[in-house]
Amino acid sequence: MKKINSRPASLKEAPFHYCPGCGHSIVHRLVAEVIDEMKLREKSICSLGVGCAVVAYKYFDVDTVEAPHGRAAAVATGIKRVRPENIVFTYQGDGDLAAIGTAETLHAANRGELITVIFINNAVYGMTGGQMAPTSLVGQKTTTSPAGRNPLKEGYPLKFSEVLALLGGSSYLERVAVNNPANIRKAKKAIAKAFQHQKKKSGFSVVEILSPCPTNWRMSSVESCRWIDEVMTKVYPLGVIKEKKC
Amino acid sequence: MSGTSTIGEAAIQAGCKYYFGYPITPQNALPEYMAQRLSEVPGGVFLQAESEIAAINMLLGASVAGARAMTSSSSPGISLKQEGISYMAGQELPAVIVNVMRGGPGLGTIYPAQSDYFQSTRGGGHGDYRTVVLAPDSVQELADMTALAFDLADNYRTPVIVLADGVLAQMMEPVRIPSRKRKKLPAKNYILTGAKGRPSRIIHSFTMDPKEQEDHNWKLVRKYKQIEQREVRYESFLLEDAEMVVVAYGTAARIAKGAIKRLRKENLKVGMIRPITLWPFPTKIIQETVKYIHDFFVFEMSAGQMIEDVRLSLEGKGRIHFYGRPGGVIPAPVELYRIISRHYYQSKRKKGR
Repeated sequence: MKKINSRPASLKEAPFHYCPGCGHSIVHRLVAEVIDEMKLREKSICSLGVGCAVVAYKYFDVDTVEAPHGRAAAVATGIKRVRPENIVFTYQGDGDLAAIGTAETLHAANRGELITVIFINNAVYGMTGGQMAPTSLVGQKTTTSPAGRNPLKEGYPLKFSEVLALLGGSSYLERVAVNNPANIRKAKKAIAKAFQHQKKKSGFSVVEILSPCPTNWRMSSVESCRWIDEVMTKVYPLGVIKEKKC
Repeated sequence: MSGTSTIGEAAIQAGCKYYFGYPITPQNALPEYMAQRLSEVPGGVFLQAESEIAAINMLLGASVAGARAMTSSSSPGISLKQEGISYMAGQELPAVIVNVMRGGPGLGTIYPAQSDYFQSTRGGGHGDYRTVVLAPDSVQELADMTALAFDLADNYRTPVIVLADGVLAQMMEPVRIPSRKRKKLPAKNYILTGAKGRPSRIIHSFTMDPKEQEDHNWKLVRKYKQIEQREVRYESFLLEDAEMVVVAYGTAARIAKGAIKRLRKENLKVGMIRPITLWPFPTKIIQETVKYIHDFFVFEMSAGQMIEDVRLSLEGKGRIHFYGRPGGVIPAPVELYRIISRHYYQSKRKKGR
């Protein structure tokens, strides 16, 4: 029998702890596949943010450090400055990156740090139980916006990738989603392209991934995937936000 | 050489090629020195971070990548760095952090003070941990302690704090920068370099398992016990015939020495114990000394912080006198001379009764 698919070498043989229907496990696999295909496993160093994926070191079979909440880009900066020959990437959620880590992320991008950010946007704080995130949509009900996010009191969904695109140091930013097979294939391509930008020393690269969180959205997996298409992408349109020639 | 340049040069001579910092007075001359000097060192990196928080986390990254790296700041900035220091203690990463102390709390003042003793010696950030704290009292010691800080950090895989103040930072004194030769240190078999020809490595402090966390805490405690046994440093000064012993560190100890010299001229038998490591604190010498000297005079440029460690060391024995000048005021030796002599004669009178 011909083997047509198997676990990527960059993924350990450990069962994921993520909730059913969560996007993290898909993105983990995509990142691992790209690392394998680009032969980067022995060169990669991952700086992990704090959130549901804080224990991603149990899954990624690459050198990994856990950064303090929001500081993954600063930690990655330190690593990359010492080891410019390595591929350094962060794996962060929207709360980690676009709230508590706003300054670290923005300035790393502005300096054009040669790192890649895998940015999971699920519009809530997942690990802590579904609180409002900077990325939560207007009207979105969360445990800390029980009446729905009111922009007059709680501000608007933060389009952080668009903000980062304005900076001279950012090289490649694309927003993708993992809510259907076609989008998953595009997400993988985007991740590969981001690593390519890092390899070619073009600048700071980000792949923002709209990712379902059925548990905290109080939806089924199918509803969650549909919600990404019908609601989330209207606020966070998919596609390349910025791409420098490299 | 100035104190700040000395710290910088000693760090570079100790193999530190990476510096991350953020402007804050009175330590600015140090990042400025590093910006210039590291541009001359092959592979050297000076990075002015967007915040103290970013700087300490860049230091964490450089450390995890296996480099000797340093950051520096002054009191309010050191408060911001505590998060990263706690993580590095938990993740067992070496790092050197220089605190050029100023008066506090809050924004306080930019003038020299010793108000961060508690913060430095009690951990500073959250969690069950300690940091080694070195307290130089001269430009030469700034050089020696900076070099030592890197060795201790690497040897024990733990953050080390060099605790200075604005006086030491701006003081100009002749200095000999220690050469590169160091004792043999353990191989860095934990650093992240990419998992080439070996299993992948993980540096983390988080676990979902409280038992695992407890085991980790006890492991740290065993390390701290080892440091307490091996790394205590202090200077004793004119203790042999003393009837009163001053306990002071850093700039306060310099001032106290001036006062003691004057007291000695008038035949007042005053000596000094100068802790060089604030943690681990030189408890033993204080316990030895109280066997034959009753009176301990603690002098700090704070409202009284180290006095707690002296009190703990004395275990109820002897008698403690205290003089403190918090807020960035630097007392002259003559002022201290007057205070110490008053306490000295009062104690004598009591004993005579």
